[in-house]
Formats: sequence, structure tokens, C-alpha cells
Amino acid sequence: MGQLVLDTLSRTLGSFLDALALFLPRVLSMIVVIVAGYIVALLLKIFVRRVFGIASFRKYCDSAGITQMMRKAALPPPVEFLSQLVFWVVWLVFIVLGIDALGISALRSQISQFFMFLPQIFVALVVLFIGLLIANFFSRATLLALTNANYPSARLLSSMVRLLIILFFVTMALEQVGLGRHVVLIAFSIAFGAMMLGAAIAFGLGGRDVARRILERQFLQKQPEEKDEEISPL
Amino acid sequence: MAEETFLSDDFVRKLTAVGEVDILVGVPTYNNRSTIAHVVNAVQLGLVKYFPRERVVIINPDGGSTDGTSEIVTTSSIQDFRSLLSASPLRTIHRITTSYREVDGRGTAWRIIMAAADLLRAKACAVISPDLESVTPEWIEGLVRPVYREQFDLVTPIYHRHKYDGLLVKNIIAPMVRSIYGVKVREPVGGEFGFSGRLACHYLEQDLWHEDFVRSRTEIWMTTGAIVDGFKLCQAFLGPKIHAQKSSSQDIVATIQDALGALFRCMENHESYWLPRTDPPQGVPVFGFEFSSGLEPRRINRKRMLMMFQNGVKQLAPILESILSPETLEQIRQASQLDEKQFRFPDELWVKTIYEFAASYHHSVINREHLLQALTPIYRGRICSVVAEDQRADAEEIEQKLEALCREFERLRPYLVERWARKA
Repeated sequence: MGQLVLDTLSRTLGSFLDALALFLPRVLSMIVVIVAGYIVALLLKIFVRRVFGIASFRKYCDSAGITQMMRKAALPPPVEFLSQLVFWVVWLVFIVLGIDALGISALRSQISQFFMFLPQIFVALVVLFIGLLIANFFSRATLLALTNANYPSARLLSSMVRLLIILFFVTMALEQVGLGRHVVLIAFSIAFGAMMLGAAIAFGLGGRDVARRILERQFLQKQPEEKDEEISPL
Repeated sequence: MAEETFLSDDFVRKLTAVGEVDILVGVPTYNNRSTIAHVVNAVQLGLVKYFPRERVVIINPDGGSTDGTSEIVTTSSIQDFRSLLSASPLRTIHRITTSYREVDGRGTAWRIIMAAADLLRAKACAVISPDLESVTPEWIEGLVRPVYREQFDLVTPIYHRHKYDGLLVKNIIAPMVRSIYGVKVREPVGGEFGFSGRLACHYLEQDLWHEDFVRSRTEIWMTTGAIVDGFKLCQAFLGPKIHAQKSSSQDIVATIQDALGALFRCMENHESYWLPRTDPPQGVPVFGFEFSSGLEPRRINRKRMLMMFQNGVKQLAPILESILSPETLEQIRQASQLDEKQFRFPDELWVKTIYEFAASYHHSVINREHLLQALTPIYRGRICSVVAEDQRADAEEIEQKLEALCREFERLRPYLVERWARKA
């Protein structure tokens, strides 16, 4: 009886040791892959910093408003952001490859799904980033144009322009990652329609007198434009 | 000879038919029907009166006028010179019209005029604005004689102006050119210029004609370029400058954007010249008899200007924060809270504001066009203050105040150099 228990235990221990002997190299190779990935990612980060660290790229980012935009979004400067992005993407890929080296079949399918999903996430992020840039540019242009033309509520209108553009690009990004395509589209249509309806009702009820004055000025009689000066700046 | 591929075959053929000339006068036009006949006649009279023996030509690059401007240039003539002058013309005054696309900018017109001067080997050239009511034959003498007889290369104008006229030039452009380039030019961006054939060739050789700032405000680039490259400068007093059209508020936004954008770009291009410069500004000789006379009063809505300044400072706060230093912005904010009677925009604050805008433009802290647009409300505030201060001032007092402002620009020059060199 005792012998049987001992045999069973030794067999179990043997198979455990066999499995461990099989698994340990895989763990080791996972660690090697992850460490190698870290080194490769670090080298690539330094490379990207050097290549894009040149003055002309910095100046381009400045003039295109990218630096300013990223500063506003509490992100690091473009070169730092790009190098960090490269570092994390490369290391993440190596980490996933390392996990794959463990040979756990349940994880494999998840990993392949992750790799298939990665480009979509990347494209969605790019779409969002471009959207933020465009929204910032147009909201600032609106604010300046309206302020210089002496329109009231310039800030409110420029914020609305920004919000609408961001909303539009968020919709596009969500559609890109395939999250509830129809729901997003419908939500956007409802939100946009509601905003326009709200604005129309607010203007029609709250600003009835203003609306009447504007229409009267537009269609009944042409009032002379109020000039601020008759002096030539040059 | 510089590249002339941008000239049409027909235009080159007409130039070839004229042969070599001594004096060339350029009149760039675009829909100037109401004033062009007067300008062309004044130019013709000036040429006959002051340069009767010289071979002369009038070149008219037209930006595609739809009101018959170029036809007026070719057909307008003075039938009887004797009723106006004691002499008749000894030579034919050639007039050549060519067209360019107005969307390409006024710089294209300047380039055509200079290319024509180069082809015709003109010794002296002048350019006259087509939209002025006050051009006289004496303007031709004033702009051409220093080049033709005194060997100067560039003649910039001096106008007798209303005290509230040309405030962008008086409050920013002229003082900045003086403090940065070290030359006391009173009108670096005047629409009228005289220049030598040698200088025209020099400009033509520059590879900057495709740049927006050269195409939109060629005059600033010409003046600063001539200073930097060591050409001989002088000024000519021309008399009153009266525009046919009054400016509107939208013109001011565009003018600030064009003129200051061009000046800041020139400063960038010439930074190796002006950054190390330490010598005091040099005077520039003036030709012509300066006089002052009463000019018709101007209507200025100070209340509205102040309101636009106050509104602009409030609305544009997030943009101004990225352009100006916290101290300067705080002072502007405090000024914007004063009422109309108390409101003043002091010289020191104004100079610091402009220098900070120039440095922020250089460092591209935001989109450059947006940056220049953000200056408009602050400019309105400054002008409102100047108008209030100068209400009862006579010409002499105005000159003293402008001199004080120029000295303030010079005193704070190290502040600009420091901010310009500082990394964003």
C-alpha cells in the first residue's frame, strides 16, 4: 500500500518535473524575448529621438501647431511622444511574443486576435489625434475671426466648433475599431440633431427680439456699417 | 541677366521695341479706374517736366482689372503740355501694359517692373501706387532724382500725413526697422519707391519671390534687404498721401497680418545681421522741401476701439497666454479694465508686447497667422490710447512722441534679442 502511494507520488513528481523541465525553458525564452525586446525598444527609442530630434522637425511641429496642441493635452513634446510610442509598441510586441513562447494554446488565440486588432486601434488613435489637431485649429480660427469682427459670444461659438469636430472624429475612431457601428452613427445623428434643434429653439425663443432685429436689418433696410475708423494703418 | 520666364512673349516683344531707357516708372494696378488717369497724367507730367531729355517708359502690370483700368493707362494722355508746362516733351513716353494674376500677389507686379528695368537697362526706376489722389509730378522728381543724379540705390518716401494716418507704420514698423536694422527710415513700407537699375537686378537675383511675405508686402523686404546688403539709402519728401478708399476693420486685420508677418519674416531671414549689431541707428538723408499743412479731420470711434480691445483681451485670453509673458499679459489685462477717460497703453508695455509677439512668431508658439490675428485687438487698444493722447497735440509734439517711442524700442532691444534667442 505504502509502496503504491510512493510509486504514485514519484510518478506524479516525475511527470511534474518533466513538465517543469519542458516549461522552464519556455519561461526562460519568454524572459529572454522580453528582455531582448526591452533592449531593442530602448535602442529604437534612442534612434527615433536622434532622427526626429533635429531642429527642422521640431520647427515643423511648432509651426503646424502640433507642439502647442500636445502641450495643451498635457502630452510630452512631439519627439518625446514619438520615441515613447515606438518604445512601448515595440516592447509590447515583444512581450506578446514572449507570452506566445510559453505555448499555452488558450493564450495563443487571444494573442492572434490582439495582433489582428492592433492596426485598427492604431488607426483609430491616429484619427483621434488628427481630429484633435483639426478641432484646435478651427476653433482658434473661429475665435480670432469672430473676436476681430466684434461678434458677441466668440468663445462659445468656437467651443461649439471644437466640440462638433471632436464629436465627428470620435465617431470615426469608434467606427474604425468596430464598436457598435450603428449605435455610434445613430448616437451622433441624434446628438447633432439635438444640438441644432436646441440652438434653433434657444435662438427662436430666448433671442426672439434679437432674431427680429437681425432679420429686419437684413431685409427691411440696409443700415450703414459702423466703421471703427477712417484712418489708414499704412 | 535674371530669369525672365514669368514675362509674357508679347510683353518682352513690346519691351524689345522700346530699346534701352534711362528712367522707368512702374504703376501696378488692379481695378483703379477712379484714380488711374490722374496718376498716369501726373507721372507723364513729372517725366516731361523734370527729365525731358531722358529716354523714359511707363510700365503697367495689371492684376486683371475688370473696370477698364489698363485701357485708361494706355489711352489717357495730356493733349496740350503747354497749358501745364513751359516745355513740350522732347521724346516719346512709351507706355506698356501687361497682365498678371492678382491672386499671385503684388510682388509679381514688382517683379515684372524690375525685370523690365533689367531688360531695358534702366538707370533709375520709380514705382507709384495707383490708388492715391495726391500724386503730383514732383513725386517723380523726388523718387528718381536721388538715384539718377546722386547715385543713391533706394529712395523711400516721406509723406505729410494726418496725425492719425499710418499708425501701424508709426507705432510698429518704422520704430522696429530703426531699432533692429539701425537705420532711421520713416516709411519702410510706403507704396512709392525709387531704386537704381543695379538694385533691381540685385532683387531679381534673390530666390525669395515665391515666398508669401515677399509677394504680399514686397516693400518691407525691399527696404530691409537694401539695408542688410549695404545699398545707399535716402528719403524723399513727397507731400500729402491721400488714399481714394478708406480702410475698414477687416482691412486692418489683413494689413496687420501681411505687414507684420513680412517684417517678422525679414527679421528671421536677416537675424545674422541684426542680432549681433550694437551700434546706434544711423540717419538717412532726406531730399525735398518738408512742409506741413492742415489736413481734413478724421472721424475716429474711440469708444468702439476700446470696446473691441477690452473684448479681444477677454475673449483671446487662452491664445494670448501662449504668446505673451505673464507679466505683460497681466499689465494688458489691467489696462483693459480702465474706462475710456483713464485708459492709456504706455510705450514700454506696447514695445514689450510687440517684441514678445515677434519672438513668439519666431518660435512659432502657435500657427503664425493666428498669432498675427491675435495682435489686432491689442493694436486697437494702443491706437485708442494714441488718439486720446494726441487729440490736442500739434505736429511738433507728435514728432517728439514718435521719437520717444523709437527710443523706447531701442532701449528695449536687448529684451527682444534675449527672447528671440531663447528656445521655446
